[in-house]
Amino acid sequence: MKTVLHRRQVVEILLQDRKDLLVVAGLGSTAWDITAAGDAPLNFPLWGAMGNAAMFGLGLALAQPKRRVLVVTGDGEMLMGLGSLATIGVQKPRNLSVVVIDNERYGETGMQATHTAAGVDLAKVAQACGFRTTRQLRVRARLAALRSAIHASPGPHFAQIKVRAEKLPLVLPPRDGALLKARFRKALLGEQADLD
Amino acid sequence: MKRSDNSWPEALYKTLKDAGVRQVGYVPDGGLKRLIEVCVADKDMRAVVLSTEEEGIGLAAGAWLGGVRGALLMQSSGVGNCINHLGTVRECRFPLLMLVTMRGQVGEFNPWQVAMGQATPAVLSAMGVVVHEANAPEAIASTVDAAARLAFGSYQAVAVLISQAVIGIKSFQQQASR
Repeated sequence: MKTVLHRRQVVEILLQDRKDLLVVAGLGSTAWDITAAGDAPLNFPLWGAMGNAAMFGLGLALAQPKRRVLVVTGDGEMLMGLGSLATIGVQKPRNLSVVVIDNERYGETGMQATHTAAGVDLAKVAQACGFRTTRQLRVRARLAALRSAIHASPGPHFAQIKVRAEKLPLVLPPRDGALLKARFRKALLGEQADLD
Repeated sequence: MKRSDNSWPEALYKTLKDAGVRQVGYVPDGGLKRLIEVCVADKDMRAVVLSTEEEGIGLAAGAWLGGVRGALLMQSSGVGNCINHLGTVRECRFPLLMLVTMRGQVGEFNPWQVAMGQATPAVLSAMGVVVHEANAPEAIASTVDAAARLAFGSYQAVAVLISQAVIGIKSFQQQASR
């Protein structure tokens, strides 16, 4: 099947009119993708901790049950933390979505094939782990429904989006971890965050 | 508390509550059995069973981003699984409170536990985690109280290592008869 979607376009559509959505991105390309859509204090782009993006999302979603939380990560990053899908499946947070931007490559290290290139189906893994909705999609027409699920309907949601393997210009967020943490907390919790 | 007293898990639970801990990630250990049970039974505390210990680092960091204090419970073998993620904790200056029950320490019966157990304090220190040790039951709650103050008051990663001498030294025979 032909892959037509472009990752930056996908992420931009998902983050359009994001309101107060809290966004965690896995290291590498997905951190650049959310930044290309517009750097924001309520973005937490990881520069390390490979395999743990979904767990950052879980901790945040459980801490902030009234807010919607979106984790955007890559196929290689998700593969490193497959167990976290099981952990999320046990907790079943209604406000959490995990979206994997799947180019079937390790994009930062020379475009080597990941397990998904050989057919490993992450959406089926998430389904088996107990996510409320799971989907694998490869056409633009299905993005609107995913976006509204992320913002409104009870989760946890999981989506594996097949995108073209393309090398794109880097769009880098700030890389000081303490700064990223502090600005996120201040934007979410207010001035009090600094005194906590 | 008398030395023979085995009520330290309840005292430790109260310490976590008093410290404002509301999320507890754990990979079970025999020595943490009672503490996990009381955390799971508490409707105001979210106990999250993990498939591997490093998940708990992400969980606690995410909780802190959301304004909630977390704690992470594991056996010393799990410390090895966390190493890379402790680098993120350090870079972002996330507070982190780890409670680690020790294996491979005094009187260990399983040789496969010894290397990681013996290396645990050095590994944690190398990653910038402050290490406190609790070597007697009556010292556990107060040590964790101090660790929690350091973690959340001064934004540090702190691990309390609970000695194998406290938890009890198991033998193959005892394991088999449980």
